[in-house]
Amino acid sequence: MSAYVVRRVISMIILLLLLTLVVFILFSLLPADPARLTCGKGCTPEVLEANRHKLGLDLPVIQQYWEFMKGLFVGRIYAADSPDPVVCNAPCLGYSFKRGEEVLVLIKDRLPATIWLALGAFILWLAAGISLGIYAALRRGRWQDKTVMGISLAGYSLPSFFLGLMAIFFIVIRLQLLPYPAYVSPFENPIQFFQTMLLPWIVLAILYAAFYMRLTRNQMLEVLGEDYIRTARAKGLPERVVIRKHALRAGLTPIVTAAGLDLAGLLGGAIITESIFSLPGLGSLAVNSVNDADLPVIVGITLVTATFIIVANLVVDLLYAVIDPRVRLV
Amino acid sequence: MSNLIGPVISAEAALRVTDLRTYFPVRSKGLFPKTVGQVKAVDGVSFSVQPGQTLGLVGESGCGKSTTGRSVLRLVEPTSGRIEFDGLDVTEMSSKEMVPIRRKAAMIFQDPYNALNPRHTVGAIIGAPFAVQGVKPPGGVRKAVQELMERVGLNPEHYNRYPAEFSGGQRQRIGIARAVALKPKFIVCDEPVSALDVSIQAQVINLLRDLQDDFGIAYLFIAHDLAVVRQISHHVAVMYLGQVMELATREDLYSRPLHPYTHALLSAIPIPDPRAQRQREHIMLSGDLPSPAAPPLGCVFHTRCFQAQDICAVEKPEIIEFEPGHKVACHFPIVEFLGTAPITGPDPGLTKQTGAAGEDRGSNDLIREIGTDYGAAPNTPIDPGPAIWR
Amino acid sequence: MAEKANPQRAFLEVSDLSVQFPTEDGIVRAVDGVSFAIERGKTLAIVGESGSGKSVTAQAVMGLINKRNADVSGEVIFDGEDLVAMPEEGLRKLRGNKMAMIFQDPMSSLHPFYRIGDQLTEAVNAHEKVSKASARDRAIEMLHKVGIPAPAKRFDDYPHQFSGGMRQRVMIAMALINSPSLLIADEPTTALDVTVQAQIIELISQLQREFDTAVILITHDLGIVAHVADEVAVMYGARVVESGSVDDIFYHPQMPYTLGLLASIPRLNQVHGDRLDPIPGNPPSPLRLPAGCVFNPRCGYQDRVTGDLCQTQRPALESVGAGHRVRCHLPATERQAVAELVLSALGRSSA
Repeated sequence: MSAYVVRRVISMIILLLLLTLVVFILFSLLPADPARLTCGKGCTPEVLEANRHKLGLDLPVIQQYWEFMKGLFVGRIYAADSPDPVVCNAPCLGYSFKRGEEVLVLIKDRLPATIWLALGAFILWLAAGISLGIYAALRRGRWQDKTVMGISLAGYSLPSFFLGLMAIFFIVIRLQLLPYPAYVSPFENPIQFFQTMLLPWIVLAILYAAFYMRLTRNQMLEVLGEDYIRTARAKGLPERVVIRKHALRAGLTPIVTAAGLDLAGLLGGAIITESIFSLPGLGSLAVNSVNDADLPVIVGITLVTATFIIVANLVVDLLYAVIDPRVRLV
Repeated sequence: MSNLIGPVISAEAALRVTDLRTYFPVRSKGLFPKTVGQVKAVDGVSFSVQPGQTLGLVGESGCGKSTTGRSVLRLVEPTSGRIEFDGLDVTEMSSKEMVPIRRKAAMIFQDPYNALNPRHTVGAIIGAPFAVQGVKPPGGVRKAVQELMERVGLNPEHYNRYPAEFSGGQRQRIGIARAVALKPKFIVCDEPVSALDVSIQAQVINLLRDLQDDFGIAYLFIAHDLAVVRQISHHVAVMYLGQVMELATREDLYSRPLHPYTHALLSAIPIPDPRAQRQREHIMLSGDLPSPAAPPLGCVFHTRCFQAQDICAVEKPEIIEFEPGHKVACHFPIVEFLGTAPITGPDPGLTKQTGAAGEDRGSNDLIREIGTDYGAAPNTPIDPGPAIWR
Repeated sequence: MAEKANPQRAFLEVSDLSVQFPTEDGIVRAVDGVSFAIERGKTLAIVGESGSGKSVTAQAVMGLINKRNADVSGEVIFDGEDLVAMPEEGLRKLRGNKMAMIFQDPMSSLHPFYRIGDQLTEAVNAHEKVSKASARDRAIEMLHKVGIPAPAKRFDDYPHQFSGGMRQRVMIAMALINSPSLLIADEPTTALDVTVQAQIIELISQLQREFDTAVILITHDLGIVAHVADEVAVMYGARVVESGSVDDIFYHPQMPYTLGLLASIPRLNQVHGDRLDPIPGNPPSPLRLPAGCVFNPRCGYQDRVTGDLCQTQRPALESVGAGHRVRCHLPATERQAVAELVLSALGRSSA
């Protein structure tokens, strides 16, 4: 087991290295010149060249990558030979000259809003998706099943920007049930936090819940048709025990995988939801950085998001082994 | 060719297999998988099938009979050995060289539900071999296919239907029509009737026999059902854990089996005749099949054998021609009619090693333990004393 | 426990049992007016091909048919009580307790996530309040009875750690742990190798003697039927077409389908000529059962029946001897003649 984890962590690190390399190469191929963006209207070729040197963009891509990797472990000093060097301490994810800030600091600032958004929505969608999915499966083909599947289809089809804008328009502006969203930390002002987060949570959760209803229903239907469920009934177990003990555990196992990966993906930022509700999260940071061709920030966010997903993958695999005794981690 | 059975015919065997071995590597999982062992799915199998005859290959699950069939057609790459089609060595041929050879050999699969592409019409399925081999039958492919359909008992008007519109037995007929389309020299039939209902099985068996009579096709007929094999085979080979235990003409194998495993198999099959069944002797083999990944040392059958003695755990019995045309791989074949003594006496040098050899065979010992424990369990197998052979 | 309400009644008596599933393609008549009876300690074999309704019959007896999706009618009198009319909670108390079932595929019939010991004790606890320790003792004893080596150790193993034959033993242990008086075995050995099949069949017979259990054995294998059955019901197209003692069915069969089945199976001890004599055609779909006699499209003896009775009128299950019943329009003399013809071709007379 521990040998397994060590092996997985090593392959995880290799994967992350390859990933950053790919991101670096892709960005070097972009037509936009990041150095040009750091230089205002009255830009002269000399200033441009100086800025390019400062950013390290005059180096070959591979060497830029090497500098980046070194920065991760030992820190890094930008433009060391210029009068105003920039120090970025380890672990240095890079420095955004556009924003004049270390990437790590930028991400740290934005991460809480993203985490809160993801966690809240996660809990909501799991609760709604799984319970309604089970309910529909147990009433397969009847009106309850059709209703749930209808809700799922609707949730699936409504784009979250539409849902989000409708929610703000009706609930915040017309009915004034909630104040206009303005993010604060839950530790500063819990009431305002909840008032702000409630709509984004729901909007984000609806899309996922729609998917999880379907997934749960189909999983449960498959499991309910299994021979061992028939065996459980033939043993004379009450139907609720058959469902709760025998069907649920088998039926929900694949959902663990999906849920783990979906949560990890959201920790990289929910771009649309964050933008609509003006949440200062990773998603909006990523969008702005792409618009600005702010390479260091994009690489940093990519790395963080990928790490979340890869770690989640490992956690999901370990959980799987706990749930299903047939899975042996070797 | 003394180690090959069958009537001595000047013509080449349709299929001749010599010392065929197919091993599958067992790999560790992880980032850098290593080969940690091998499953000897087929381990030194030799046989030949004469034109127009059938060799039945029987055995329980995991005995390697299906892998043998697939290896023969090079659908699975054999590890070593020699395979000859009609006198032509195909063992080393590249897949490109194999293409024209495939005209001589075909296969019929077990599952009539999965072996046919559901999106192709029956006409396209049966006609596929013509297209693949670039054969232009006189009168066109459609006419040839419809003749084939008629020949196997399908309505030629159903040419444009899809497999889903046919029953299991009819689908197996489609598979058979496809296999015989190019008049092959031999066909590997892999459990062709075991997925079918009883009343349909007989239809398919009769059809296969008729086609053999008409076209002189040789069959390698793989099945687990000894009664079915008896219906169609001229010779029968019994396999256990990758090895041939016994090979004989049908008459010899069913009336005078030599190998204890053959005896057990025959005795385990209940016959549909209550009075005869009540009077039969039953040999109950203890335990389950050992894993093919860790086969017992010595004779692979010794862990379940009621005849086993010390030597069986140590020395693997070679397959020998015990009587003309009747081969067996056993130290103590059952010879109640001949009254011959065991052909191989225990070698003192080898018997001494038994203890040492036994110690490093953890998994095999476990299997033996299970076997012995059965003896103590309430469903005690019949005491394998000599009396039951009368 | 209720006494037997009626001493004339058999221990289990099924009469006119029908199960219909409404589907989008039409009504599936899975079981159509099936009747049979069985006493304690005896084995009834229900023989039939796929789609003949034998498995659905078994599940209907066990009350495992979901009445929301199916229409179950008729009577199943088990030890004096009608199971068809019984509410679900009453059936639940009987299932796994007084009546138990084992299934075809031991690989998928045990829950892969739970230890086999837990699955066994669960069967005990579903019907009795017993301490954890005594449930465990009973489970281990039962595992020992079915021939699982080192049962106390294997108690904590998961199903995937057992071979197919061993899993079927575990299933049998689970079915018999509450000493049921009725055991339904639905193709219990079809998924197993022949040498293991022999072990399992022997085990079931031996435990049947010990517990005086009535066994309903559902199978397509006439060899197994010949080996263990006392009574046989032959099913075809959702109906019982012939029933009787094992000797009646094998030595004095009267229904052309039974005769066809006997003529078409390959035998190890065959004495007649080499060739099998198959029944032509294919079994009917339960969605479109033929009118009249369900076997008429495949029957070769309709010319011996006057008029179009076979195509239009459903034959009744008629008694032709003590406990021997046949569903066929052929007149008695013709039936005898047909049976004589087929059996002599099989190399033995019906005498």
